[in-house]
Order: sequence, then C-alpha cells, then structure tokens
Amino acid sequence: MSLAVAIETGDLTQLPSRRDEDWRWTDLRGLVRALPEPSPANHVDLADGPFADLNPAEANVVNGRGQTRVTVDAGASRVVALRFVATAEAGAHVARVSIDVGEGASLVLLESYEGAETGYVADAELSIVLGPGAALQRIVIANDSAAGVSVSLSDVRLDARSSLTQTVLTSGARRQRLETHVSHPGAGARVRLDGLYLLGDKRHADVTTVVTHVGVDGATDQLIKGVVAGQARGVFQGRIVVSQGADKTEARMGHHALSLSDRAEVDGKPELEIWADDVVCAHGNTVGALDEEALFYARQRGIGEIEARAMLTEAFVAEVIDRIEHDGARDIARSWVVMRLGSVA
Amino acid sequence: MMLLSVENLQVAVDAKPILHGLSLEIPAGEVHAVMGPNGAGKSTLSYALAGRPGYEVTDGAARLDGVDLLALEPNERAALGVFLSFQYPTEIPGVPALTFLRTALNAQHRARGEAEVSAPDFLRLVRARAAALKIYFDMLKRPLNVGFSGGEKKRMEILQMSVLSPRLAILDETDSGLDIDALRIVAEGVNALRSPSRSMLVITHYQRLLDHIRPDRVHVLAAGRIVASGGPDLALELERDGYDRYALKPLGAAA
Repeated sequence: MSLAVAIETGDLTQLPSRRDEDWRWTDLRGLVRALPEPSPANHVDLADGPFADLNPAEANVVNGRGQTRVTVDAGASRVVALRFVATAEAGAHVARVSIDVGEGASLVLLESYEGAETGYVADAELSIVLGPGAALQRIVIANDSAAGVSVSLSDVRLDARSSLTQTVLTSGARRQRLETHVSHPGAGARVRLDGLYLLGDKRHADVTTVVTHVGVDGATDQLIKGVVAGQARGVFQGRIVVSQGADKTEARMGHHALSLSDRAEVDGKPELEIWADDVVCAHGNTVGALDEEALFYARQRGIGEIEARAMLTEAFVAEVIDRIEHDGARDIARSWVVMRLGSVA
Repeated sequence: MMLLSVENLQVAVDAKPILHGLSLEIPAGEVHAVMGPNGAGKSTLSYALAGRPGYEVTDGAARLDGVDLLALEPNERAALGVFLSFQYPTEIPGVPALTFLRTALNAQHRARGEAEVSAPDFLRLVRARAAALKIYFDMLKRPLNVGFSGGEKKRMEILQMSVLSPRLAILDETDSGLDIDALRIVAEGVNALRSPSRSMLVITHYQRLLDHIRPDRVHVLAAGRIVASGGPDLALELERDGYDRYALKPLGAAA
C-alpha cells in the first residue's frame, strides 16, 4: 500500500489512510478522491533549482521522467543536485532513483522538490546504498506548491564505518510527507538525521524517519525543529529501533516545535524501541510558543516587536542549519530559512 | 525640567492593584534610590515604566522629558532613552550577545532617525566597554545570558546600558546575586555612566548597593506608594531600623 502503487494502478484503495497507524496524521485516501491524469512529458525550460549557485552536476527528474541512477565510484567524490520537478498542472507521477556510493567514496547530494503548479500528485522513491566507509551528506529542500500532494520515500542502507548526515528542509504542501528509512549496521557507522519544517497557511508537512540498528557500536543523532503558523500542520514521527545484539548503540532524538498560532497543529511521535543492552538513548519532544519574557527583554532594548519575533524565531531554528557541514549548502539553507520565515511568521 | 516625572501612578497586575498612586520626580543628572520591603511594588514600578505587558496602568502619568511614556510601546520607550537593568536577565538562546546588542543599538538609531552604527565602529565601542567591565570578548559571541553566572548576567546588563547610553537607567535589584567583587565591578560600571544628562533610578532592598552607588535622594516605597523621601542618610536609617514603621503604616495614612 503506497501512493506509488495507487498512481501506477489507479486503485485509490491503495492510498494510505488515517486507519494506517503510520499515516494517521497524513491521510491521503480522504484527501485524494480522484487521481489526476498521468503527468505529460515536460516541454518547458527549468528555472534554476535552489542549489544552482553551487554549480553542482545536475540530475533532473521532471514529471517522473529523467535520471534513474546516481553513482559514485569507490574512493571518488561528487556533488550532485538531484531535482524532482513537477511542471504539469494536475498530473500524477512516480519517480524512482537509485543511488550508489562506493567504498570510501563521498557524495554531497543536494536534493530538491520543486513544484509551482497546482493539483499535482507526486511520488519519489529513492533507494540509496553506501559501501564500507562511504559518506553521504544529503541536504533536501522541499519547495512544493501549496496545492500539491507530494510523498518522498527513501531507503538508505549503510555499511560498516559509513556515514549519513541528512538535513531535510521543507515548507510543506497541501499534503506532503518526507520519509526516510535507515538500515544501520552499527560497526562504526554514524547517522545524523535532521530536519526543519516552516509552515504557514494551510500547509502540511510530515517528516517521518525510521532507523533500525542491527549491529554493535552504531550512533544516531537526530534533531528536528519546526515552526507552524496559520492553520498549518506539522508532523514528526521518529522511530529508532535498537535490535537485539545491537549493543553499545548511541541514539539521541529531539523534536522541538514553535507554534505561532492557536489554529496551527503539531503532532509528534518520538519512539525508541530498545531490545539490546548497554545502550545510551535519549529523546525529547516539545511544542511551545515564543518566550514572552525574551520578547519583552528584546523590546525593552529597543527592538520592535516584529523584528524581535523574527530574531527569536530564526534563533530557534538556527541550530538545525548550523549542523549542516557543507559550507555552501549551509549558506543556501540559511537564506532559505530567512525567506520562508518572512512568509510564515 | 524634571527628566522623569511620575504622578499618581496606579498599576494593577492580574486585576490586583499593586501601585496605589506613586509620585516621584528625578531631575536630570541625579541618582535616586527607591528602597522598600518585599512586595512593596518595586519591580512593578520598573516594569510599568518599561511597558511590560500585563502591568496595567489604571491611572496616573509618567513622563520622560515631558513625553508621555505610558502611550508608547516598550521599544519606543527604549529609543526615547529608558533602559531597564533586569533583576533576572532573560536568556536569549541562539542569539549571540554581540548580535543582540548590535540589533538593539541599530533599532534605536533607526527609531530616532539616526544613522546605523557600522560593524567596525560597533566592535570598537563594545570592546572598550566590555574590557572596563572585565567581560571577556569571547563571552559576547555566546548566546546572550545562556549559561552565564548571576554576576556575568548583571555585568552584561551594565554593558548593554553602557553601549545603549540611555537617558534614564532603571536598575532593578542589580545587587541581588552578586558577591562583593562582582558588586564592586558593577557599581564602578554604573558610576562611570553618571552624567549631568542622565538620571538613574536604583531599586534595591538593601542599603549595601548604595555604599557603592551614592544616591542623591532616597525614597521609601511601601504598600504601593512613596511613603518617605530624604537624603542618602535615609538609606542608613532604613538599614538600622528596618522597614517596619513604613510597612505597618495603614493604607491611606499620610507619609
């Protein structure tokens, strides 16, 4: 059961619904009453993507068509922009991309979801495999349209000593889910799985992650932050499973959201499932408003209310941006935050 | 003209009256102390003058240089020259002290129609003022007040006051939580800012601070109004005799 299967078979009963425990906050069956026609091939020139300033190699997937594979040979290094673009109004499409990062290789994957049109229903499935000692930095910017439906599902398989550092930045969509599954072998492999949602109006974003530790000596560190305004809805579901025998696992998960409106909603479900011994695990989950004391303090010093709110909100999300290692991507992420907050707060 | 003039100020918090008609005048260049027992309304006075939400002025007036403070937003009062050194300075996570202070300074400059301060000029100014207060410059790169000790927070308040250069500085229990060395540094910082065009309102429970910051006048605040005023010796009297004779005075009795 998935959006991809529903699009490919035309069978609406394949859509995940609120009856499915993992989709209860991101109901697609109740929302998509009829699937749009399959998206046509693209005939327009693409505008620059969000990472264009970094001059990366481009791998484009437009309306479900285009690049299907990204590979980095053993020991090599690449910076690749992987763009999922929807250019058709009211079209449905599925894209599948497999990514291979060879032994000791490194990939900076600058991934974007871009959709300006209305009514599209898009699904992307990524299958990512890292060889021993490989490093993947994945920075995702999701700029979907307020009237789009978009689901991205990534499956990441790590090997010994490999590392995945991921930061997902999203402004939501009519309904949107960015889901990542990580198979974690332990064996010195390291995972950082961060995210940030900045949502206004009636936008919806769902950041869901599942990390399964199966071997000894693995680490996962996760920091998700969100800002919701208007009638927006932010969803975070994070599950870290420490399987039997995955001893000496270190897992940390934090989800912290700022709600700027009484009508906005945040649903958080952090889960740690621990079946091993000698593990260090911690999680925190908070939702709150801007600190009124801090706001008054700033205003007492002469900072106007709007500027003070923006400063405190930006400071709240900055931690996620600061953790991005790639300098150029971090700068782009910071600009993205300023731009999105300007339209949200 | 009086720099600060407070007339019959009545303030309620959560609909509960706290100040019952407080009057106070501070000429330019003078330092006045307001002393009083716990619960007298000392912090309420400072918050009401600074414009803290929730401190509802039900009657009376407060003017700075003749301008009605009570009609202004907190940030407008700040740009006019009102500075409050908080009893418990708030932590501002994620905003380095330098960034915060520069944002505040430039916001005040813009509000007054003055040019913004350039980054090099700002850094020069802050470096000099921080050194005088024995604040390591690296501390200014940390988020404001986050993880700072009580003494560090109070020194940071005085640094902000020094950089923002207000007309009226309200020091709310600036001595609380300070050991004797920190108290001396803070008091020296405050004394360095005394000037003929600047007034200070020093709010304190204990006389100790006034050994270091010598006031021109001392007022006793009890049960929501000023019940006695006098010279610096009044502070010594209070230290010796306590507040009992003021605190026990029934509401409405003449001061």
